[in-house]
Amino acid sequence: MNDTNLTIKNLHLSFGATEVLKGINLDIKQGEFFSFLGSSGSGKSTLLRAIAGFGPTPKGQILIGGQDIADLPPWEREVGMVFQSYALWPHMTVAKNVAFGLEERKVAKAEVNKRVIEALDMVGLADYADRRPSQLSGGQQQRVALARTIVVEPRILLLDEPLSNLDANLRVQMRQDILALQRKLNLTTIFVTHDQEEANSISDRMALLSNGVVQQVGTPLALYDKPCNNFVASFLGTANIFSGEVQDDNGTKIFVTNKNVKIELPKIDTPIKSVVIRPQNINLSAVNDAAASKGGLIGVVTKTEFLGSHIRYEVIVDGELFIVDQHHHLNGEFFEKSSEVQLIINKDQTVILN
Amino acid sequence: MVGLFIAAFLALFLLVPVVKVIYVAFIDPATGDFTLLNFKDFFDSSLFRESFYNSFYVSAMSVIVATLIAMPLAYFTTRFNFKGAAIIQTLGIIPLIMPPFVGAVAMKLLFGTNGSINLLLEEYLGINIPFMEGLNGVILVQSIHYFPFILINLSAALINIDSSMEEAAQNLGTRGLRLFRKIVFPLAMPGYIAGAALVFIKVFDDLGTPLLLDVNKMLAPQAYLRISSIGISDPMGYVISVILIAISLFSLWASFQAMKGRDYSSVQKGGGGLSKRDLKTGERIMVYAVIGFILFMVLSPHIGLLLLSFSTIWSFAVLPDGYTFAHYYTAFSSASGYITNTLIYAGLAALFDVVLGVAIAYIVYRTGLIGRKWLDYGASAALAIPGVVLGIGYLRTFHNVEVPIVGEPLASWWVIIVIALTIRRFPYALRACVAAIQQVSVMLEEAAENLGANKRRSVFKIVVPLMSGGIIAGFVTSFATASVELSATIMLVAKESDAPLAYGIYEFLQSASGRGPGAALGILAVIIVGLGTYFSHRIIERGEKKRNAAVAVNEE
Ligand SMILES: Nc1ncnc2c1ncn2[C@@H]1O[C@H](COP(=O)(O)OP(=O)(O)O)[C@@H](O)[C@H]1O
Ligand SMILES: [Mg+2]
Repeated sequence: MNDTNLTIKNLHLSFGATEVLKGINLDIKQGEFFSFLGSSGSGKSTLLRAIAGFGPTPKGQILIGGQDIADLPPWEREVGMVFQSYALWPHMTVAKNVAFGLEERKVAKAEVNKRVIEALDMVGLADYADRRPSQLSGGQQQRVALARTIVVEPRILLLDEPLSNLDANLRVQMRQDILALQRKLNLTTIFVTHDQEEANSISDRMALLSNGVVQQVGTPLALYDKPCNNFVASFLGTANIFSGEVQDDNGTKIFVTNKNVKIELPKIDTPIKSVVIRPQNINLSAVNDAAASKGGLIGVVTKTEFLGSHIRYEVIVDGELFIVDQHHHLNGEFFEKSSEVQLIINKDQTVILN
Repeated sequence: MVGLFIAAFLALFLLVPVVKVIYVAFIDPATGDFTLLNFKDFFDSSLFRESFYNSFYVSAMSVIVATLIAMPLAYFTTRFNFKGAAIIQTLGIIPLIMPPFVGAVAMKLLFGTNGSINLLLEEYLGINIPFMEGLNGVILVQSIHYFPFILINLSAALINIDSSMEEAAQNLGTRGLRLFRKIVFPLAMPGYIAGAALVFIKVFDDLGTPLLLDVNKMLAPQAYLRISSIGISDPMGYVISVILIAISLFSLWASFQAMKGRDYSSVQKGGGGLSKRDLKTGERIMVYAVIGFILFMVLSPHIGLLLLSFSTIWSFAVLPDGYTFAHYYTAFSSASGYITNTLIYAGLAALFDVVLGVAIAYIVYRTGLIGRKWLDYGASAALAIPGVVLGIGYLRTFHNVEVPIVGEPLASWWVIIVIALTIRRFPYALRACVAAIQQVSVMLEEAAENLGANKRRSVFKIVVPLMSGGIIAGFVTSFATASVELSATIMLVAKESDAPLAYGIYEFLQSASGRGPGAALGILAVIIVGLGTYFSHRIIERGEKKRNAAVAVNEE
């Protein structure tokens, strides 16, 4: 198996005077399912297209297996791309579309036929070989586009929002199919999406992009649990983010928010600008006087939202808003709006941003 | 309602005159009975058989040569970023605005046996190439004159191809010519076929060019010669007319068949057109060289005409013997009426054409009106009617129809010229409108209706603006070609004061002494129509930019 590690070093790219990618560094390992996640306009497609060789020529390096491909034209890169619009050629049948890349590689006719059928089989469309793309549903077109790309055995598979044109049920089904296919072929894959649930559910690792800058790279779990900045913390799920400063409270260091709410900290030795606490890492209980006298956080429920498996509360503590999720059990506790509650925060579940 | 009005218009000014001509072809002139004898006479004559073959050969070759001219221009200007793409596109349309018979005179001076190019070739290489001999001359002049039909349609089709179509192929390992042959060209095929069919039919029906080049063994000149020399009652002219009509109809039908199932209307218009690429220095030099050569060929009639208009004497020489402004003086003093008439006639005709064109395109492709296909076929059938046939038909049908108030027969009232031009140029505008509406996804219209716009408003606010590129292209094509139309108008001009420019030029060119002023008038025509074309292009471009910007914003 060829080395298909993908390394991107200090990649800059501009459309005219506007810099759209601002120094991207990434290391994507062979066989990895890697996602670019980011909101619309963050530069995901631009980065993906730069890897495939489309768009303005970037500055910096793109290495596959150590070989710099940044200067190769698209047709010599052996990097397979599935387009968001599928880009199936309407003047060719499904089979012809899939056979195209093989014919370009001068593969023998019999071999082409065999591999086209295999590829269509793999995406479950063997029966549709003689149809025109316009006679297929969106999901089927998506599969043909996928088959057309993988049949040439590219070194890397690039998928630009492949599921965005499908309906929700199909999307969930299709992403599992894509993942299964990727695992089976052990194909280094980059998946572009703006949907964090999509990225979380199938990525080995992902990069969160904003404004042409990689904010953080890691497993979905790591990004969620250990965001490295405010942007990552708030982009992925819901987070309580407080800014403030560290103060000394009788020998232990404690974080005091701008509105003077005190939050216990894990052991730290770096400067701190803010702390992040996920809603599910806060516990609510009825106020008990003993705790209150010990200086626990007491707040007032201002909003409740029943979400099935959990209940979301908004609690105001000394003017500071806390979002708190509590698991919902049968006959479990429920705090009415306006009731007083006590917030219990495990300091080990408080994340520090500096 | 609109459909009914259009149908009536077409019936009166297209169907009735043509039926009259066809009817005469099947009538024994002596007895007035139905007969096929006229056709037997036609095919028994070796002259007519040869003319038949020649017409076919010249038309097919003209399509091939026109394709060779148009394809590189269309591809380069839509595919690459370089200066002058807009100018090249504009220059590419210029041949259309000069009557081909005028071009033929100039081409003879440049490419004839004793023309400039051959004089040079003989001096330096000792060869003489028969560019203009016999059928070659007709092919050269016609392909240079009519290639813009292919250029315009092909460019429009190329611009509408979504760039990801091309990128997907590059991603799979294709590039360059192969990419063009396997992906780009097939996707632009509907546009190409539309243009190629037009060229074929126009060349098949054209009269002025072969006449001026002394090539009489073709069908249209034969028809004309029979009618002009033997008379309006000679059945052979009508038989040839019927054959011209039949061949044209057949070509039209064949092109419709070829386009069937190739409706590649893409949902994402504004998704981008062919991705434009920057050229490397070497490539740029090559592209400019190819374009330069083609433009020289294409503009050679104009160059020749320009020289002719300034020359004192020009024969058996690479360049004229001396230069003078005298011809312009002669031309100006006698031509202002011709020019005004031309602008009015062609402008009105082109306007009617696009209005009717949008209406029919919409009725055919977006409504379930009964008989809607027939509106399309009927209008397109005007293509199959050579100008001479239409002219004869009008004369025969309307010479005793008095127009109220004006008090003239309809056949000699100036409005009949506008009507003839409208009918003659209608298919161009219609094809452009149809191509445009096919590129506008029904969904865009449905989205507007869904947001509360009624049918009329969604047509005017969504469909027509999105079609505007095609509509203006249709207007320009109709206007430019109508302003140099000769074959039908020559028969309908009743008095000098009603005559359009092409007629005036033709009159001048008849005599040797009139060649200079005729050329000067020709140059004038080219400039006027050229300016009009240029400004309408600017308008399209500006609108396009605005629209693309809007689309880009919406997509974010
Ligand atoms: N062809 C282009 N010309 C100019 N700017 C562009 C072009 N394509 C994208 N951009 C800009 O680059 C930025 C990133 O776009 P893109 O990579 O498409 O974002 P994403 O795929 O993350 O939504 C956007 O601000 C966009 O406006
Ligand atoms: Mg994108």
